Amino acid sequence: MKPVILWSDALIFLLVAALVLFFWRLRRDPQARERWRQVFASRLGMAAFTVIVAYVGVALLDSLHFRRALPPPEGVTTDEVFYDNQVTSVLDTLTAGMGERFERTYSAPFALRSFEKQTLKDEAGNTVRDFPPLRHAGASLDDPEDKWADVARRSAVALAWGLALAALLILPQWWLLRRSALPWGSSWWVQGVLACTAVWLVSISRHYHVLGTDLGGTDVLYQSLKGIRTGVLIGALSTLVMLPIAVTLGVSAGYFKGWVDDVVQYLYTTLSSIPGILLIAAAVLLFQVYIDLNPDAFPTGLEKADAKFIALCFILGVTSWSTLCRLIRAETLKISQLGYVQAAHAFGVSHGRILARHILPNTVHIILITFVLDFSALVLAEAVLSYIGVGVDPSMGSWGNMINGARSELSREPAIWWTLSGAFLFMFLLVLPANLFADLVRDAFDPRTRLGPEAA
Amino acid sequence: MNQQADTLTLEGLSVELAETAQALVKDVAIHLRAGEIFALVGESGSGKSITSLAAMRLLPDALRVGSGRALMGDTDLFALPEARMQTVRGRRMAMIFQNPMSALNPVQTVFRQVAETLRLHTALRGAALRDRVASLLEEVGIPDPRQRMGFYPHQLSGGQQQRIMIAMALACEPEVLIADEPTTALDVTIQKQVLELIRELARSRRLAVLLITHDMGVVRQTADRVGVMYRGRIIEEASVASFFDAPKEDYSQRLIDALPGQDAFLPPVQAAPLLEVRDVKVHFPVRGGLLRRVQDVTRAVDGVSLTLARGETFALVGESGSGKSTLGRAILGLEAASAGEIHFDGTRIDGLDRAARQAFRRRIQVIFQNPYSSMNPRMAIGAIIAEGMLSLGVEASQDRREARVRALLERVRLPADCARRYPHELSGGQLQRVAIARALAVDPELIICDEPTSALDVSIRADVLALLAELQREDGVAMLFITHDLSIVPGLAHRVGVMRHGLLVETGEAERVLTAPEHPYTRELLAAVPRVNR
Repeated sequence: MKPVILWSDALIFLLVAALVLFFWRLRRDPQARERWRQVFASRLGMAAFTVIVAYVGVALLDSLHFRRALPPPEGVTTDEVFYDNQVTSVLDTLTAGMGERFERTYSAPFALRSFEKQTLKDEAGNTVRDFPPLRHAGASLDDPEDKWADVARRSAVALAWGLALAALLILPQWWLLRRSALPWGSSWWVQGVLACTAVWLVSISRHYHVLGTDLGGTDVLYQSLKGIRTGVLIGALSTLVMLPIAVTLGVSAGYFKGWVDDVVQYLYTTLSSIPGILLIAAAVLLFQVYIDLNPDAFPTGLEKADAKFIALCFILGVTSWSTLCRLIRAETLKISQLGYVQAAHAFGVSHGRILARHILPNTVHIILITFVLDFSALVLAEAVLSYIGVGVDPSMGSWGNMINGARSELSREPAIWWTLSGAFLFMFLLVLPANLFADLVRDAFDPRTRLGPEAA
Repeated sequence: MNQQADTLTLEGLSVELAETAQALVKDVAIHLRAGEIFALVGESGSGKSITSLAAMRLLPDALRVGSGRALMGDTDLFALPEARMQTVRGRRMAMIFQNPMSALNPVQTVFRQVAETLRLHTALRGAALRDRVASLLEEVGIPDPRQRMGFYPHQLSGGQQQRIMIAMALACEPEVLIADEPTTALDVTIQKQVLELIRELARSRRLAVLLITHDMGVVRQTADRVGVMYRGRIIEEASVASFFDAPKEDYSQRLIDALPGQDAFLPPVQAAPLLEVRDVKVHFPVRGGLLRRVQDVTRAVDGVSLTLARGETFALVGESGSGKSTLGRAILGLEAASAGEIHFDGTRIDGLDRAARQAFRRRIQVIFQNPYSSMNPRMAIGAIIAEGMLSLGVEASQDRREARVRALLERVRLPADCARRYPHELSGGQLQRVAIARALAVDPELIICDEPTSALDVSIRADVLALLAELQREDGVAMLFITHDLSIVPGLAHRVGVMRHGLLVETGEAERVLTAPEHPYTRELLAAVPRVNR
C-alpha cells in the first residue's frame, strides 16, 4: 500500500486543522464563547452542526488516498512491489467495494434486471432480446419474488449492527457530557440515525444498487458519496482563498482610506461588473489547455482532475471576494472612527497593532457569517458550473456532474429519475443544515439582529 | 386647576418582559390635565420611555402591559382593538421623539409628512390642506412656511426639524402630547426655544403634555408638575415649585444636588504656559467632480489662539459644529492643522512625523465623549488601561504594569477585580472612570476631555466631574475641557473660551465670562442654560 497525497487532500486537512485551532482560540474570548453557546443551545443548531460534521467526516475519509499493492504478476519473482494504477480512498474501503460493482448501463434502484434490453442467448441457444439480469444485484436470490423479503431480512440485521455502532458512538459521549447544559440529546439522535443509515446503506449495497446505476453502470449511491468530498472541498477551499483577499483589501481600504481605498474600490467595482460565470469559464478553459500541454506534471488521471479542481476553487475564490470586501471595508470605516481606535492613535499604538488588536477582532462576526453563508452558495455554484460544463473534471464524482448527466434522461419514458434524485438528496442534506446553521450563527453574532429590552 | 378632570389617566400601569414576566415598570399612576405639563424625570433605564410607549400602545414585541388602565375620558385605551387605537394615535394623542433626524423620512418633503396625518384623520384636501399645513408651520415658528413646505428634512436645521415634528404631532389637534426627551439632541440655545414653544402651545391649545427628560434644569423651566421615576416606580410626585423647595425623597434631593452650583468659581492659576495655540486653522477639503478635485473647504477651525498654563483647566464651550472637538483633535495630532502653530512646553508639535510625535503622545492624553465606544469590547479592562503604557514604554515589566493598573483602578475608585472584566459588564459611569484611568496611566501633563460627561446620567455626571477636579488638584495636570454645557463650567474651569463657527468669540476667566459676558453670543448661551434657581 502506498499513500498518495493529492494537493486537495493536504489542503482539506490543513483547513480542518486551522478551523479547529481557530475555534479553540476563540474559546478564550468570553464574548465569543457566550455567542457560540447561544448557537449550540438550540436543538436545531446542534442537529444541523452534527450533520455538517458528518459530511466533513465523510469528506476527510475520502481524502485519505492510497494505491493498493498488487500481487506480483504470475511467473515473475521479484522483490519489486507493483501498485495499482487506480487510486483508492479509505471511504472506498469502508463502503466495501460499492464503487467496483459495475453494471452495463442504467438500472433502477433495487432492480434485478437492467433497464435496457440486450441481445441474449437463452438456454436453448436462441437469440432473444430481453432485460439482462444484473451482475451485482440479488445474486443470492433463488426466486426474484423473494426480493423484498430478502431486503427486509438484511435490513433488520443491518439495523441491529447500526444500533450497535450508534451505541458505541454515543455512550462515551454521554459519559463525558452528561452534565452539560447544551442539548446534546438532539445531536445523539442525529448521530444514531446517521450511523444506522450508514450501516444499512453499506450492507444492503453489497447485494442491491440502492439508488440504481447510471449510464456507465456505476452505482449512483457511490457517486453521491464521492460528491460529498467535492462539495465540502469546493465550499471550504474557495472560501479559504477568498477570505484573505477580502479581509486584507477590505481592512486596508477602510483603515488607510485615501488612494488605497480608491484602488480597492476600483478593483471590486471592475470585478463585479464582469459576468462571473464568463470569467470562471474562461479561466477554467485556460487551465484545461495548460494541463493538456503539460502532461508530464500530472501522471495519473486523478491528479489531473485534482489540479483542475483546485484551479476551480481558486477561481471561484478570486472572483467572489467583492461582497465580503465591501462589508469589511464599511465596518472598518465605522470602527476606525470609534473612540477606542482614536484613543489608540493618541497612545501612539502602531498601525499593525491597531489593525490586529482593535479592528480585526471586531470584524470577525462579519467574516464568520459570510463564511458560513457562502459555504452553501459555493456548493450550489459548483453544481451550476458542472452543469454548464466548466466545473470539476467529469472523472471526479460531483453532484453537478451527476445532474449534468441526468438532465437529458429525464425526458425518457419511463424517466430515469434516480441519478438526479441521488445528487439532489445529498446536496439538499448538506445545504439545508448549512443554511440553518448560518442563520443561527448570524442571529448570535450580528449585532443588528439582537432584540430585547436593551434595544427598546 | 387641580379639580379639573384628567385628560389622560394611567392607573396601576405595569410593564413586563414578555418572556420572563420580569416587571420593568411597576404600578405607575400618572394624571395628565389639559394645559399642564407633567415632567417625568429619571435616569436612563428607570422606565420613563417605556411608560410613555405603553400609553401609546407602541411597546416593542419583547415587552407587554402586565396590568393597569389608560383612561381617556371613559375609554380604556388598553381595552380598545388595534384598529380603534389607530384613530386615537395621532388624532387624540401624539408623540415627539428625541432625535428628529431619524424620526423624519429623509426622502419626503416636509409638506407630505405633515399632511400625512391630516389626510388620514381629516377630510382636508388640495388648497385647504396646504393652508392648514402652512398655518401649522407658522404656529411652530418656521419662518416663511409656504416656501419651507417644499424642503426636505436635511435642508432644515436640527431645531427646525424638531419644530416640524411638533407640527406633525399637533396637526390633528390632539389632547395629549407625549414628548420623549425632545431637546436632548439639540444645542442649548435651540433647546430653549423648543421648550418655550412646547410651553406656549400647552397654554394656547390646552394640551396635556407628558414631558420625559433627565435634565432637572428643563423640568424647572418648563414643567408644572413633576414625577420622579426610579427603578420602574414613581417615587415622588409634586408641583414643580414645592418639589424644588423641599423634595421628600433622598433620591430626588440627589438629582437636584447633582446640578452643579453656579456661584462658586475657581481662582485663576498663575503658572508658566504649557500649551500655546497660535492662529490655528483646520480646513477640510470638499471634493467633487470627476477626479475628486478639491472644490471648496469646510472651515472647521478658522484661526483660534489660546494658551493653557500648567495645572489649569480651560473650558472650550460651543454648540455642535462650532469646531471645538476638531481643535482638540488637532492638538492631539489626530487632525492636521492647515495653518498656524501649536506649541507644547516650548516645542512646536504640529506637523511632526509619527516618530517625533510619539514623545508627546505620553504627555498629552484624551478622554472621549462616549465611554461605550471608546473601549474595545473585546479587550479586558486591565489590557485597555495597560495599552498606552505598553506602546509608549512607560512600564516595561508585566508585573509593574499590573501593579500600576491596580493602583489606577483604586484611584478612580473602581474595585480591583475590574481589571479582568470586559467593557460590557460595566456601567457608563464606571467606563468613564476607566477612560480616566487609561489617560492617567502614562502620566500626562495635559488631558483633553472631549465632552466626557455628556453621555452620562446627571447624578453620575457630578461624580465624574468631582473625580476629575480632584485628580487635577492632586497631580496638577492641565485640562482642556470641551463641552457644550455652560452649567458645569463653574467649579471646574479656571478659564473659559466660547467658540462659534470655528472662531473663539470670547475668552477670559470663568467668573468674568459667566457673570459679565461681553459677546452677544455668550449672553445668548448663558440665557439658554436651564437653571434650577430661577
